[in-house]
Amino acid sequence: MTQERQPQRQTARQIGAVSCHACHFLVMPDDPVVDHKYCPRCNSGIFSRKKNSINRTWALLVAAMILYIPANIFPIMTVVSFGKKTEDTIISGVLHLAGSGQWVIALVVFVASILVPIIKIISLTFLNASVQIKFRWRPKERAYLYRIIETIGRWSMVDIFMISILIGLVKLQAIATVEVGPGALAFAAVVILTMFAAMAFEPRLIWDQAEDSVHGRG
Amino acid sequence: MMVETHRACLECDMLHEITEMHSGEAGYCQRCGAVLFRSQKNSLDGALAFALTGLIFFFLANLFPLLEFEMQGNIQTNRLIDGSIEFFSAGYGLLGLVVLLSSVVAPMLILLFLVSILLPLKFHKKPFFPEAQIRLLVHLRPWAMAEIFVLGIIVAYVKLGDFADVSLGVSLFSFVFMVLATLLAYVTLDMKDLWYRLGELQKK
Repeated sequence: MTQERQPQRQTARQIGAVSCHACHFLVMPDDPVVDHKYCPRCNSGIFSRKKNSINRTWALLVAAMILYIPANIFPIMTVVSFGKKTEDTIISGVLHLAGSGQWVIALVVFVASILVPIIKIISLTFLNASVQIKFRWRPKERAYLYRIIETIGRWSMVDIFMISILIGLVKLQAIATVEVGPGALAFAAVVILTMFAAMAFEPRLIWDQAEDSVHGRG
Repeated sequence: MMVETHRACLECDMLHEITEMHSGEAGYCQRCGAVLFRSQKNSLDGALAFALTGLIFFFLANLFPLLEFEMQGNIQTNRLIDGSIEFFSAGYGLLGLVVLLSSVVAPMLILLFLVSILLPLKFHKKPFFPEAQIRLLVHLRPWAMAEIFVLGIIVAYVKLGDFADVSLGVSLFSFVFMVLATLLAYVTLDMKDLWYRLGELQKK
């Protein structure tokens, strides 16, 4: 096979080295450092792979999935104007924006608040399952997928910030006020839990399995 | 002195030799395509300048109103921290805490750490516990969401525009400039340079 004729590139794990997850310093196996538990440069705890990453990712993901239901059922805020109450859920908020002709903002909020959380939960479920069953399919594409969801996940917080601005600004007792709804708390929890889940996931596992299988065959 | 000759890819662990690069160039992992390192000219001075600029704008962003809201002759304004305070008084303390951390505390700490690491280095002095400060800088980064807060302001502005008069406050512009300055500080900062300079100081 052509692959075997090329000089084989190696990973840190294969030569027994550990890359610090905080400052990226490479600790070699023969380095005269104290105990190979802490990075000699930045003092972070060092480890080759995140510990228990598959189980921790599942726990955080399942919690996010459960909270996703109240996040979408309960109102995230209530606008009280001249005694008339209008409750908004995540979805009705987007529909109201679209209804008033604000297409660009409606699209932005739709992507950030509805599309991104769903894509993130589904993708992380797929990625975590794929490393658990030692799937070898398209590691590079899975690595891209992970990089994308890690970057876009935080943007779902935009609705929470929008509420924080409205409740701080609209405080005209009899004329108009904005109240927080329980959905906002659940939604913020979903965003934060999925962020933690993405951090708990170990992308190196995607490649470890591809390597192990190459060695297994050879 | 610890010399860095190799670096493992942060996402797939593949080893790469560290090579000399021109300013503005970046090295990518040959296997998975993740960014391995970036090189910047005068990176520490540039990042310090941007961080100081960011701190000044952060200070201004806290002094004045973000938005002004007018309805039936009544005028209301809000400051940066008002959202968190209102969450607390409405009984949603957790949300108040999340908003406070992600839109005020984390962005401020990032700028403060950058200045307190880079300013002493500029005068060839060792910063105060630089390792701990750099670690905090790395771990705080995903929780600093000032740029998302700006998008939140835009959405709130559009939503309110339907039934009231809303105008932009001085702090809003300061806040946007703080976000830009922080972004530029991060883009300019070359961590390789930073560790190298810290290592040189320890040698003396």
